[in-house]
Amino acid sequence: MKKIELPPLTDKIIKSLRAGQQVLISGIIYTARDQAHKRLASLLKKGKKLPFDLKGQIVYYCGPTPAKKGEVIGSCGPTTSSRMDEFTPLLLKAGLKGMIGKGRRSQAVREAIKKYRAVYFLTYAGCGALLSTFVKRCEPIAYPDLGTEAIYKLEVENFPLIVGIDAYGKDIY
Amino acid sequence: MRIIDAKLIKHTVRDLSVKANTILRKDVLAALKKAYLSEAKKRPKELLKELLKNAKIANERQLAICQDTGMPIVFVELGQDVYIKGDFNRAVNKGIVLGYKKGYLRASIVSDPVNRDKPGYSPAVIHVDIVKGGRLKITVFPKGFGCENKSQVKMFKPTAGIRDIKNFILETVKSAGPDACPPYVVGVGIGGTADYACLLAKKALLRKIRNPKSEIRNKSQIPKFQIRKLEKDILTEINNLNIGPMGLGGKSTALAVNAQIYPTHIAGLPVCVNISCHALRSATKTL
Repeated sequence: MKKIELPPLTDKIIKSLRAGQQVLISGIIYTARDQAHKRLASLLKKGKKLPFDLKGQIVYYCGPTPAKKGEVIGSCGPTTSSRMDEFTPLLLKAGLKGMIGKGRRSQAVREAIKKYRAVYFLTYAGCGALLSTFVKRCEPIAYPDLGTEAIYKLEVENFPLIVGIDAYGKDIY
Repeated sequence: MRIIDAKLIKHTVRDLSVKANTILRKDVLAALKKAYLSEAKKRPKELLKELLKNAKIANERQLAICQDTGMPIVFVELGQDVYIKGDFNRAVNKGIVLGYKKGYLRASIVSDPVNRDKPGYSPAVIHVDIVKGGRLKITVFPKGFGCENKSQVKMFKPTAGIRDIKNFILETVKSAGPDACPPYVVGVGIGGTADYACLLAKKALLRKIRNPKSEIRNKSQIPKFQIRKLEKDILTEINNLNIGPMGLGGKSTALAVNAQIYPTHIAGLPVCVNISCHALRSATKTL
């Protein structure tokens, strides 16, 4: 299985990925779900600085359960991606290169993925306990007032993904 | 009369919250295993294997099966001979908070649905049925919202037929597609009123998943017989949709269809479909 080291998610890697392909990623990814997306999009619209540089990065649509004492993270599977669709083209325009979630995306997102040469990954839906075993570090970096919806910087190792939509606009669904 | 202290209710709800979220129901686990064994294609089979692995890790490490530990729903059957000493609703909600904290479960409840404040653990949605006797049965049912978002209710004309109901169920499953974590358990409520059909659909998810064949025995109970036949037929049709685990194809689109019926008005036919993801979680205790 193809292994990818992050960041950044380079154009070279992106070009080599095809919808349906299984890959393992290692390195840094950032969690962001509904409310964090709303805030990031609002900052971008106002031309303000984001809490982290999106360029070449991957966001993971995830709101984990709290970590037990001595553990890195709790259960941390993907949430439904389509809820982020309205914000995604804006984030891709700002340099975001990858997204991880579950389920289908809109036509507008598919087109933006192709236009900005990005990739949408799926990961095992409803497998938060299993996926927690691939997370080596977890650190909140923005929006602690959102609780689980805050942005967390995760360091992952061999995190399993399936390419959902590739940079050529090909969709697994 | 039997006296039950609210404290006991609080502690029971606490323990059930942790159990429901970390130990997958036996019937659901068995249905997943059965789906794994009967799936022939490579990818869906592998994905089902990951689901089983996930349930095992969650159980062993006492970790939430899914990070979406749901909106807590508490179903209560209260014996009419029981007297509760203390504040019942407060005990249930305190039990939820204690359990969710103890189990390191997620705070997913915003008290203001419009302005979205920082999420907390409670309140739960509480349903109480008064029953005969002196027992108190408590079920904690954490309902994830990936699948809850796919719920649908439809008010059919009274002249609609079984095919119309089946099509509505199929369309609801199709619209959930890959998004709500298939293989699903499909809860269906038929009859009553708009709200009651939804409650029936939700309650239907609590019914144990059984082999649909074993359900059809007594043809003399006509409505019940018809409803079991509907469950069996629609399950076959759903599993022919080729949605499969993660929506990547396969014959395991639903593990079961559980339907409940109730009398209704001459002018209408309410039907609600409430979908559960494969992590259908609930835990029950009778006091």
